[in-house]
Amino acid sequence: MNTLTIAWKSIRQRRVASLLTALSVALGVTLMISVLVINGVIDRMFNQTASGYDLIVGPKGSPLQLVLNTVFRVGAPIENLPYRYYTELKNDPRIEEAIPFAIGDVTQKGGFPIVGTIPRYFALEYIPGRHFRINSEGKFLPSTWDSVIGSAVAKQNNWKMGDEFSLIHGSAESGHVHDEKFKIVGILAPTGTPNDRTVFVNLRGFYQVSGHEKPLEEAIRREAAFFGEKVDEEKLKALLKENASHDHHDHSGHGHAHAVPDSQKEVTAILVQMKGDRLRGFATIKFQSELQEGNQAQAVNPIQQITWLMTNIVGNVRTMLIVLTSLIIVVSGVSIFVSIYNSMSDRKREIAIMRALGAGRTAVFTIILSESVLLCLGGGLLGILLGHGLVFVASPIIEARSGLLINPFAFSSVELVLLPILVVLASLVGFIPAMTAYRTDVASTLSD
Amino acid sequence: MSLLLENVKKSYREPDGSVLPILDIERFELKENEQVALIGESGSGKSTLLNVISGITAADSGKVTIAGTEIASMAEVVRDRFRAERIGFVFQTFNLLPAFSALENVLLGMSFSRKKPNRDRAKELLSLVGLEHRLNHHPKQMSVGEQQRVAVARALANQPKLLLADEPTANVDLANQDTILKLLRDACAQNQIAMLLVTHSQEVANQFERVETLTEFNKVHAPV
Repeated sequence: MNTLTIAWKSIRQRRVASLLTALSVALGVTLMISVLVINGVIDRMFNQTASGYDLIVGPKGSPLQLVLNTVFRVGAPIENLPYRYYTELKNDPRIEEAIPFAIGDVTQKGGFPIVGTIPRYFALEYIPGRHFRINSEGKFLPSTWDSVIGSAVAKQNNWKMGDEFSLIHGSAESGHVHDEKFKIVGILAPTGTPNDRTVFVNLRGFYQVSGHEKPLEEAIRREAAFFGEKVDEEKLKALLKENASHDHHDHSGHGHAHAVPDSQKEVTAILVQMKGDRLRGFATIKFQSELQEGNQAQAVNPIQQITWLMTNIVGNVRTMLIVLTSLIIVVSGVSIFVSIYNSMSDRKREIAIMRALGAGRTAVFTIILSESVLLCLGGGLLGILLGHGLVFVASPIIEARSGLLINPFAFSSVELVLLPILVVLASLVGFIPAMTAYRTDVASTLSD
Repeated sequence: MSLLLENVKKSYREPDGSVLPILDIERFELKENEQVALIGESGSGKSTLLNVISGITAADSGKVTIAGTEIASMAEVVRDRFRAERIGFVFQTFNLLPAFSALENVLLGMSFSRKKPNRDRAKELLSLVGLEHRLNHHPKQMSVGEQQRVAVARALANQPKLLLADEPTANVDLANQDTILKLLRDACAQNQIAMLLVTHSQEVANQFERVETLTEFNKVHAPV
C-alpha cells in the first residue's frame, strides 16, 4: 500500500469535508478557466482583427472611437468624410488599396450593424493569413442591392440566400425603417471577428437608400469647407434648380437605380493598405504624420489603438479578473489547510499507529502532504472540466449575444502551469498539518 | 538470542525540571522463539519498556539488541525501518485504522518495510486468524475479538523476529481472551517468533512457561 493509497483512504474517510474542500478549489479553477478562455477569445479578437490593412483614415476626433466603430462596429462614427476625399486618396501613388466604409444603419431584425463597402474589402485578410470564405453559391456584393451577411447574423436571424431585409435608419431606437430592401447573395464562414455580426451591403446601394445621400446644397457647402474651397453660388443655384426637376423619384423596393452624385456621398472611414514591402512601415508612419498635420482627416494605426485599449482597459480588467480568481483559489487552499489541520487532532492516533508499525516521520509527513495535493489536484482537474463545460454551455449564448466565437476546448497556456501552481499551493497549505504529523510523539499519543 | 537489554536506562523530565527515572535494567534477555509473560503493575514502566525495545522511544543509555542487531544507537529513520521489518506489535486497544478494511489494515502493516505488500500473504494471515470471511469489513463492522485478531494478523505481516504484545487481551471478553492468546502463541511458535507479552493479569501470565515481574529486574522501584 503506497503513500497515495493511504492518503486517498484518509480522504475517503472524511468524504464530506474532503468533497467540500475539493469543490471550493474546483470553483476557483472553474472561474479561472472561464476567464482564461474568454480572455483568450477577446485577446485574439482584439489583436488579430485589424490585420488586412495598415491604417484607418477617418475624420478628426478620437482615434479609439474611429477604430472601435470601423473595426468592432461599436459606438457611433465620429463624423463623415466626403466621398471625394476617398477618391483622391485612392489615387495616391503611395496607396495600394483604399476601401471605403459607410457605417450607420442596423438591420430591422436583430439590430445588426450595416456596413456599406465595396467587394474588394473581402479580398483583405481578416486576421493574419486568413481570407474571408463565403458559401459555395455566394458572391461578394456584385450588384447594387446585394448583401453579404456574417455567420452569426445568418444563424441568429435564420436568414438564407435570397432572403431580403430592411434597414433601420441610424440606430434601432430611431424606429425609421427604410423602404429599400437588400438581398442576401452571400453568407460568410465564421471568422471569430466582429464581421460575423455584420451585414455588408454594396456601397452603391447604401447611398441609394433614401436619406443616405446628403441634401445637395449642404453636401456641396460641406465638401467645399472640407477642402477649403469657395462655393460658386451661381453654379450652386443652377444645380439646385436642375436637381429639383428630377426629385420625387420612387425609392420603394430595390432594383431602381438613381445615380447619387459623388458630392452627396460620404464615408465614415477608409481602410488603407500602403504600397511597398520592406519600407512599408516607414511609408505608413510618414503618411500618417502627414495626415495628422492637416486638419481634414486622421490616419490611425488600428494595432496601436488596440494595443492601447488592451494595455490600459481590457488588460487591466483581465488582470483584475485573474487576480480575483487566483484569490478564490488561494482561499480554497486555505480551506484545505483548515480541513486537514482540524482533522489532525482526530488523526494523531492514526499517525502514531502508523509510526508504531514502522512508518518514518518522513512517511507520515508525505502522507499528509499527499492528501493536500490530492485534494488540490482533484479539485483543480474537476475545475478544469467544469470550466470548459461551463464555457461549452455558455458559448452559444455568448456567441448569440456578442458574436464572439468561443471554442470551449481551447486550452490556454496558463492552464499548463495551473496544475503545478496547485501542487505548490497544496504543498504550502499542507506543510503545517504535515509537520504536525511529523512531530507526533508516538509513545504519548498511543498511551492516551 | 532474540532480545537482549543491557544497562538500559530511561527517564523522563518532569515539568518542574526534575528527572523521573522509569527504567534501569541491567540485563534482560529473550532466547530465540521464547515466549515470556511480563507482569507489571500500572505505571511500572511496562509501556515505556516496550517502546524502548521497539525503538519508538530511544533509551537514555544502554544497549537494545534484537536478533543480533543493536538498535539503541541507530538513527531514528533506520530504527523505524528495523521496527517495520523485524518487530510485530499488538496493542491493548487494537489500534486498527478505521478507514481501512481488515485486509487493508494487514497490508498497511506491510507498507513500511522494504518488501512489497503481498496481498496473498495478507489473506493467508487473516485466514490463519479465522477471518477469511471478513476481509473487506471495516473495524467498526467487526466485534472486538475480531478486531484483535486482525491486529494479530497485522503484527505477523512482515514475518518479524520479535512480537511485542501490550495487554492484548485486556479489552476482550473471557472467551476471546483464550482464543487470542492461543492464536498469538501458536502463530509465534509456528513462525519461530519470540514473544514478549506484557500483562497485569496473573491468569494470562500463568499460561506462559516463563513469567517475569518487571519490578524484579527494573531497578527503578518507584512507580509513576
